[in-house]
Amino acid sequence: MPDYFEIARHFSTEERAVRDSVRAFCTARALPIIGDHFEAGTFPKELIPEIAALGILGANLNGYGCAGVSDIAYGLAMQELERADSALRSFASVQGSLVMYPIHAFGSEEQKKKFLPELANGKIIGCFGLTEPDFGSNPSGMRASAREDGDSYVLNGTKRWITNGNLANLAIIWAKIGGVEGEVRGFLVPTDSRGFEARRINKKLSLRASDTSELVLEDVRIPKSLVLPNVRGMKGPLACLTSARFGIAWGVIGAASACFDSALDYAKHRVQFGGKPIAAHQLVQAKFAEILTQITASQVMVLEASRLKREGLLRPQQVSMIKRHNARTALDTARTCRDILGGNGITLDYPVMRHMCNLETVSTYEGTHDIHTLVLGQDVTGIAAFG
Amino acid sequence: MKILVPIKRVADPDNANKLKISSDAKVDTTGLEWKPNPFDEYAVETALRLTENGANTKARVGEVVVVMFGPKEAESTLRAALATGADRAIRIDANDADLDGDVVAQGLKAIVDKEKPDLVLLGKQTVDSDSNQVAQLVAEYLGWPQATFAATIRSEGDKALHVGREVDGGTLHLKVTLPAVVSVDLRIVAPKSVRSAHTAEGHAYPDGVRFAALMAIMAAKKKPLVEEKLSDLVPGATRKIEYTSFALPPARAAGIKVKSVQELVQKLKAEAKVL
Repeated sequence: MPDYFEIARHFSTEERAVRDSVRAFCTARALPIIGDHFEAGTFPKELIPEIAALGILGANLNGYGCAGVSDIAYGLAMQELERADSALRSFASVQGSLVMYPIHAFGSEEQKKKFLPELANGKIIGCFGLTEPDFGSNPSGMRASAREDGDSYVLNGTKRWITNGNLANLAIIWAKIGGVEGEVRGFLVPTDSRGFEARRINKKLSLRASDTSELVLEDVRIPKSLVLPNVRGMKGPLACLTSARFGIAWGVIGAASACFDSALDYAKHRVQFGGKPIAAHQLVQAKFAEILTQITASQVMVLEASRLKREGLLRPQQVSMIKRHNARTALDTARTCRDILGGNGITLDYPVMRHMCNLETVSTYEGTHDIHTLVLGQDVTGIAAFG
Repeated sequence: MKILVPIKRVADPDNANKLKISSDAKVDTTGLEWKPNPFDEYAVETALRLTENGANTKARVGEVVVVMFGPKEAESTLRAALATGADRAIRIDANDADLDGDVVAQGLKAIVDKEKPDLVLLGKQTVDSDSNQVAQLVAEYLGWPQATFAATIRSEGDKALHVGREVDGGTLHLKVTLPAVVSVDLRIVAPKSVRSAHTAEGHAYPDGVRFAALMAIMAAKKKPLVEEKLSDLVPGATRKIEYTSFALPPARAAGIKVKSVQELVQKLKAEAKVL
C-alpha cells in the first residue's frame, strides 16, 4: 500500500517503532493462524499473552502499567492489528477503550490500582455491556436496572453483541438506577458473580475470529465499591465509544491496506486476454485509483484527528466523521478487491473476503454508518433527526 | 559478557520501486523507508540471548552495545535496537556513499579499541550490497579469532564460545576463545540455537527475533546514544570499492511451443543439451 501523501513523515521515531513492532508481531504470529481461526469460529486466545506483553492493551493511557504512547502510536498499533484481522483490533479496542479507559477516566483510585495493571498485562480480560437486544442505536432506552440494597447493588438485564463476552473476567455493565427514567451508571461486574451468564452468539458470518456474546444478569449482587464513581448518565458510555471509534478509524486502514496489497499483487500477476496482466486493463486501474484515493483520504483524516486530539480539540462529531468515512472506505475497498481477485477472492487463501466479511460488522458496530450520518447532519443543521 | 553489535539500516525492499539510480551509478535514497538489516536483527537477538538467562529477559547479565555508521536520521534504527533490549548505542557519523566494508571494519577496530568488548557479533552480510566482508576484515584488523555464519552458539562460562556452522552435508563445530568475532546466519534465532552461560537447561525461545514492547520503545528514548566522527576514528578513510554501474538482470526470453514429443526430445538433446 503506497503511502501516497507520505504521512509517515509526520510520525516520530517512537511512533514508527510501534508500527513496525506490532506489524512484525502480527506477521510472525497472527497471520499464519488467523484464517484457520476465522474458519473454525474461534478467537486466537494463544495470542493474548504476547499482545499484552507488547503493551498494546490500553497503550495510550498513562500510569498503572500502561505504556503511555501517543494517540498516533496507539492508532498505528490498531492499524497493524487490523491489518491481520478486525477480530484482533476489536479485542484490543474493547479492552483498551471500553474497559480500561472508563476505569482510568471515571474509576476510583482503588479501582484503578486493582484492575488497570492486570487488564494491561492480560491477566484480566474485560468486556463492555451497553447494547441490549432491543436497544442498539438508541442505548439510552436501555432496560438494564440496578436496585440499591444496603451496601450492594442488584443488577438485572440483558446485553447483546458483546465482544469478549465469553473470554471476560470483568464486565462493565451500564444500567439505570431507579427504573426506566433512572440515571445510567457503570458497574464493574466480575463475570463469576452469581446470576451472571455469558451466552456465545453462533452462526456469525463476520468477525468469526472474535468472541461475541449475550450477557444475562439475573439478580447479580455487587458491592457499591464496584460502581464507577465519577460519571453519571449517558456521557460515560458515550465517552468510551468516542475513544474506541478513534481506534477503529485508524484500525480499518490496516484492513483496507491488506486488501489493497493482496489485490494489487494479484492483478499484476493474473494474466488474461492475450498475455497482459489484468492490472493493464482500464477497468482494473480505475478501481485502484478509486480505492487508493479513498484510503489516502482516510490516512490524512486520522492524522489530523490525532493532532486535534493531542491538543484536546477533537470533538465527538469529528470522531463520527472519521469512523463513518474510514469504515465505509475499508468496506468498499474490500468489496472492490474481492472483485479484482475473481473466483480466487472467495477463499481464505487470500485475506480479502475475510476482511470484507469482518468490515460489514465494523461498519455497523460502534454507531452504524447511518447513525453517524445523522450525528453529522445534526451538527451541521442544528436539527436532530434521530426520532 | 560485553558484546558489540554493529548494525546497518537497509532500504525496505517493499519500497524498492522508489529507488532511483543515476547514470553515474549513484543511488538516490530520497524518500525511502528503511529497515534494519535482517541478519543484524538476528545478531542483536543473539547478543541479548547471550546476556540473559532466558527465563527473565529483564535481568541483564552483561552489556550489549549497538553501533552504526550512518547519518543522523539513521538513529531510529539504533533506537529500535535499544527498544528490543540493547543497553546503549554509538552512531559513527558518516554518509553511506563514503563507506565500504573496509572503511567500516577499520572504524569498528577503533571502536573496539575504545570499548574493549569480549565479543563482536555481526550479521553475516547486509541484504543491500550482500558483500559479506566486515566480520572477516575486522577479525583480521583486531587479530582475533573468528567464526562466520554461526547457526548455533553456546557460551562456555563466557570464556569461549562453541559455534556450530552449517556447511554442505552437515554442521561444523568449532570453539573460539574470547575475545572473538562471530557472524550469524538466519538459523541462529531458532528456539534453542543460543545458550548463554546462564540459560536454564532446556529453555526454548519463541522462534525468531523478539518484538519491542511499547513501553520499551518509550524507555529507549532515554537510553544513552553517543555520536563519534568517522574522521576521528579512521583519519583519511577512503573507500576501496567504487560502484561503476548498475543493471537489471536481462529479461527472460519467451518460450517456444513444440508440436510433438519427438520434437521435444530432439530439442532437449540438440539445443538444451540436457539429455
